[in-house]
Amino acid sequence: MKSLIPIAVVLAILAAVPFVVHSNVMLNFLVVALMIALAGQGWNILGGYGGQYSFGHAVFFGTGAYVTAILQMRYGINAWVGFAAGVAAAAALGAALGALTFRSGLRGSYFALVTLAFAEVLRIIASVAPITGAGVGTLIKLDLGIRTFQFQSRAAFYWVILALVGVSLVTAQLIERSRFGVWLVAVRENEDAAKALGVDANKVKLAAMVISAAITAAAGCFYAQYFLFVDSGIAYGTWISVQALLTPIIGGVGTVFGPLLGALIVKSLGEGAKLVAGDAPGLDLIIYGAVLVLVIWFAPRGLIGGLAHARRLLTRHDVPATPSTQEARRG
Amino acid sequence: MLSSAILIPAVLNGLLIGAIYALVALGLTLIYGVLHIINFAHGALLSAALFAAFFSFRLLGLDPYVAVFLLAPMFFVIGYTLQRFIIGPASHGDDRNMLLVTLGIAVVVENALLYAFRADTRTIDVPYAFQTIDVGWTFLAIPRMVGFVAAFAVALTLWLLMTFTDVGRAIRAVAKEKLGAELAGIDVGHIYAVTFGLGTACVAIAACLLIPTYYVNPHVGDAFVLVAFTIVVLGGMGSVPGALIGALLVGVVESLSGLFLGESLGQIGIFLIFIAVLLVRPSGLFGARA
Repeated sequence: MKSLIPIAVVLAILAAVPFVVHSNVMLNFLVVALMIALAGQGWNILGGYGGQYSFGHAVFFGTGAYVTAILQMRYGINAWVGFAAGVAAAAALGAALGALTFRSGLRGSYFALVTLAFAEVLRIIASVAPITGAGVGTLIKLDLGIRTFQFQSRAAFYWVILALVGVSLVTAQLIERSRFGVWLVAVRENEDAAKALGVDANKVKLAAMVISAAITAAAGCFYAQYFLFVDSGIAYGTWISVQALLTPIIGGVGTVFGPLLGALIVKSLGEGAKLVAGDAPGLDLIIYGAVLVLVIWFAPRGLIGGLAHARRLLTRHDVPATPSTQEARRG
Repeated sequence: MLSSAILIPAVLNGLLIGAIYALVALGLTLIYGVLHIINFAHGALLSAALFAAFFSFRLLGLDPYVAVFLLAPMFFVIGYTLQRFIIGPASHGDDRNMLLVTLGIAVVVENALLYAFRADTRTIDVPYAFQTIDVGWTFLAIPRMVGFVAAFAVALTLWLLMTFTDVGRAIRAVAKEKLGAELAGIDVGHIYAVTFGLGTACVAIAACLLIPTYYVNPHVGDAFVLVAFTIVVLGGMGSVPGALIGALLVGVVESLSGLFLGESLGQIGIFLIFIAVLLVRPSGLFGARA
């Protein structure tokens, strides 16, 4: 329980923000940053702790968003139920995808490639299938109210997404502290060795994928409720796949607070660039790509990971070998 | 619907398109075979090469078939530089990092193109774009015939280079046994960069062969590169003959499924093959092992 105190403190500070900041622009910025942090935390469970780098987490984000939107608009289902259904559908998809890919032993490059391809297949299907509204997309009717999960004030949306981020932080913390988390890290560090020690690597990866899919899908469901519009490029586009992996990598891959920190940095950089150079298409992504390369180059553990590593070095405890240090020594 | 008058031209056209795919896939499989990573920047570099071919026609008045002799060396240098001075140092020798760095480069290049040239689609006009020759039972487009011949010429050149030159021997040595090659005095960093340069030069050649009949926009490379991934996986990662045969096969499948299912669903056919191959036989049809 003691380990949850930092999370409680961070959430309490963030929860107080709307009382101080009244600017809608600023709150909107924070809502989007928290949404990206949530998507990133999903990626972090599978990629950060489990070492399975997905290049297509849009699969889960988009499925969450579409299921929420379609259930409400086409079947008149309650928004909150739609939200839960979106998360459940993406988790089921994650289980199916994981079962297929991990059973055929796809790792590393192959796993990245197959996730990328799945996102692309879903994007093409969503851009032609009638149920998703094809090229036009799906609009959710504006109908303010708690029952419809639509709020007049940005602050309400802010607290909702903050609560979701809170749940994801606690999940990550609990996983980190659990036996399951240890297995997951063991699989990341050396899958064959983990297997030799009796870890059911496929089952562990599969479980991580389901949790990961559910968290990233929650971000997608929230997107649909907040912007009230989904189309194939938004739902299954590269922008979200890239940001989902970028935030934990910048903040600290395989750390609880990495995605949150990373998301705030990524979004600040993106908005800063818009202030300096105007709102030109592609500009924010140019910066994200460059930051991705630079972070891997100069801070391969991300900010939090780098700081923790430096502290361990200073206090002269034994530094556990991570993949990057092993490789650095070898090559 | 299934009359041979429609079917045979569709198959032939598929083979001709497949040859261009082969060039893109050759670059990818070469890089994979030596560096053992998938170059996610390949598509973005293809878009960049198409823009380069477009502007050397528009601004310098260079015919794409002439420009290729300028752009191929230029993109070799670009590829060499990227690997030697960015990807290599940035990834600290870790495969997962290398994937992310190539992804980062892809995102930067693609969006830099979008930023500079906007999302507009551009084409060039060359007199021979729509010329065809009569091969008896059907007509074939001349630019595609040129592409077909050139693709095989490039594949042959690569094969000669790999088999008979010192650089080729060094590349094969590094691909087989990196540490051993290093001990034998081969500069692995240099060979990695040369390989990356060769792969990127293939993309520039593909771009020059494509531009007479195709269009260019910042995202055009994406479509090709996913097809190229499919081919490389189908043919076996790192296998050059596999890439050639896989490319022709995929070209025909695309042409036929486009005929029966329509354009956008035709692409899904390719992805489904891709995913199926990855799941059932990730080592590909010609690869030794995953």
